[in-house]
Amino acid sequence: MKSLKELKRILKQGTEGMPEVKVALLGDTATQLLATALKGEGAARGLAVDLYEGEYSQVEMQVLDPGSEFHSFDASFSIIFQSTHKLLETYSLMKPEARVQLAKERLAFVRTLCESTNGKIIYFTYPEIGDAVFGSYQTKVQSSFIYQTRKLNMGLMELSQEYPQLFLCDLAELQAKYGRDMFFQSNVYVSTEMILSVDALPLVASRVLDIICANRGQFKKCLILDLDNTVWGGVVGDDGWENLQLGHGLGIGKAFTEFQQWVVKLRQRGIIICVCSKNDEAVAREAFEKNPEMVLKLDDIAVFVANWENKADNIRRIQSILNIGFDSMVFLDDNPFERGLVRDSLPEVCVPELPEDPGEYLEFLYSQNLFETASFSEADKDRTKQYQAESNRVSYAGKFTNESDYLKSLGMESAVRGFEPFNIPRVAQLSQRSNQFNLRTVRYTEDQVKQMATDPDCGCLTFTLEDKFGDNGLVCVIILKKQDAETLFIDTWLMSCRVLKRGMEHFTMNTIVEYAKANGFKRIVGEYLPTAKNGMVADHYQNLGFSKVEAAETAQYELNVSSYEEKICHIAKK
Amino acid sequence: MERNKVLAEVQDIFRDVLDEEEIVLTDATSADDIEEWDSLSHIQLIVAIEKHFKIKFTSKEILSWKNVGELVDSTMSKLA
Repeated sequence: MKSLKELKRILKQGTEGMPEVKVALLGDTATQLLATALKGEGAARGLAVDLYEGEYSQVEMQVLDPGSEFHSFDASFSIIFQSTHKLLETYSLMKPEARVQLAKERLAFVRTLCESTNGKIIYFTYPEIGDAVFGSYQTKVQSSFIYQTRKLNMGLMELSQEYPQLFLCDLAELQAKYGRDMFFQSNVYVSTEMILSVDALPLVASRVLDIICANRGQFKKCLILDLDNTVWGGVVGDDGWENLQLGHGLGIGKAFTEFQQWVVKLRQRGIIICVCSKNDEAVAREAFEKNPEMVLKLDDIAVFVANWENKADNIRRIQSILNIGFDSMVFLDDNPFERGLVRDSLPEVCVPELPEDPGEYLEFLYSQNLFETASFSEADKDRTKQYQAESNRVSYAGKFTNESDYLKSLGMESAVRGFEPFNIPRVAQLSQRSNQFNLRTVRYTEDQVKQMATDPDCGCLTFTLEDKFGDNGLVCVIILKKQDAETLFIDTWLMSCRVLKRGMEHFTMNTIVEYAKANGFKRIVGEYLPTAKNGMVADHYQNLGFSKVEAAETAQYELNVSSYEEKICHIAKK
Repeated sequence: MERNKVLAEVQDIFRDVLDEEEIVLTDATSADDIEEWDSLSHIQLIVAIEKHFKIKFTSKEILSWKNVGELVDSTMSKLA
């Protein structure tokens, strides 16, 4: 974690050339240093934060007035920081009989905030302050401050489900980890109205930026694990699988067991788990198969690499199988040498500096907040199976000299559907997280996807892909918009990189043309908007036989529907 | 600790926090003399001095100093 001083220095170096993000900050206490920390943390992550900072203690005024500076700034992210201290002041000034309404009133305000603000909102949960008026009996008294604070936090979490654009930065949880004495410095507060201590500011800024980055599609998808002394205690090659420190009996086994439980929860959430270990593969696998104390099973591992080669090369191999960016990978290893090597060769991979004592792994990892996300859906759980299947596909492909023969042998099938209640969360999620195979990188929320589903001028298509190795689930999203009576515009074309080189783009193109014909369109227009990550589809439309629209200001391409020749592909419609 | 030594260490903290190697402090130096010393960096300076000397200033003290001399006096009184 960088200190405020370091963040200021990073900010001093300037943010030229970095992508810009518009952020508004309103607070009911002095927020100038929080503003500095946010901009500094942004710069440290390669983001130029264009910040509007409201005068302090004008939160209500700015939010409730539709013509306020806050609303006209039109931020992509609005950070609203209302503190427990000010809430306590409000509470203390209320008539005793009215105090039972505190949570309800604040929640009504947050609802108004959600209704009146464009863009995403980042609001904070309320860290608890026990005001010692009732003692522990406060838990029995509805009008006590703690009772109302907890009710408010629960209400905020419920509200965030009702309003998908509302994200909570969980300050209450953060303070529970570090303690109020670290978070709050009374002498600074009294002399300046600043509620967060100088040491807490970078932590809070970092959590806020985690949310912003996750919403922009930058987050971790994959955890790569070393084995000896990371996943279990001891060296399996020396000690044997039966003597590993695991479970509640042997040595410090408990630490590793609890670490494994954490990894399994991540896998269940949809994080891809891989192994990268210096071991004989058979010996390493034996520990998984035979040691009854292993919580982590081979089934949890998407790609298992155990050999004596350089770990950076092995991680490159894992990357080529998974086809995800290095910047979405986390590598955990107890050995500082291996960490240094991976950090030097693959600077984009996140390599946390694990503490020496395995007993401290978990508390340290909790503090890093490595796996922030902006969405979660049921389909995430199947991801490991899909990648395991991909791992098999890669080795199966080696047996065919002719790519077409190989594709034919896969027996691929795709189900084409519109946007329907069961797939809308997945569509929104893909829209939020696809970076590489994404022609225009327009991000849609679940609400927006729902609206388009019923818009007569929108053609919405989703594609699944299944083959003999398994079901990839929903892998492609197309949104077509009627530009005029004859012209259909491809607003969104995004695909999961898992299904590259399978002819999926041809199958999709055939389907788009079918849709155009069925609805009387004569011309299809596609557009490519370049980003730092979507270079792989720069020539997408030319490759599909579109011709460039010379007059257009952006890279636009058109296709005459009547002269389109159906592309050959080996995917059958399901 | 000698007063001169405290002043020298406070000067090092100013240089580090304000990221300005040229800063030279005397008892008479005030916020008017150093461009980077504003009400915001003041808080960072206080916190850094508290940490360095393992002391705690009162809210009143934070608002009372007119110059570096008074800040050093407060620090000295807590070290004794």
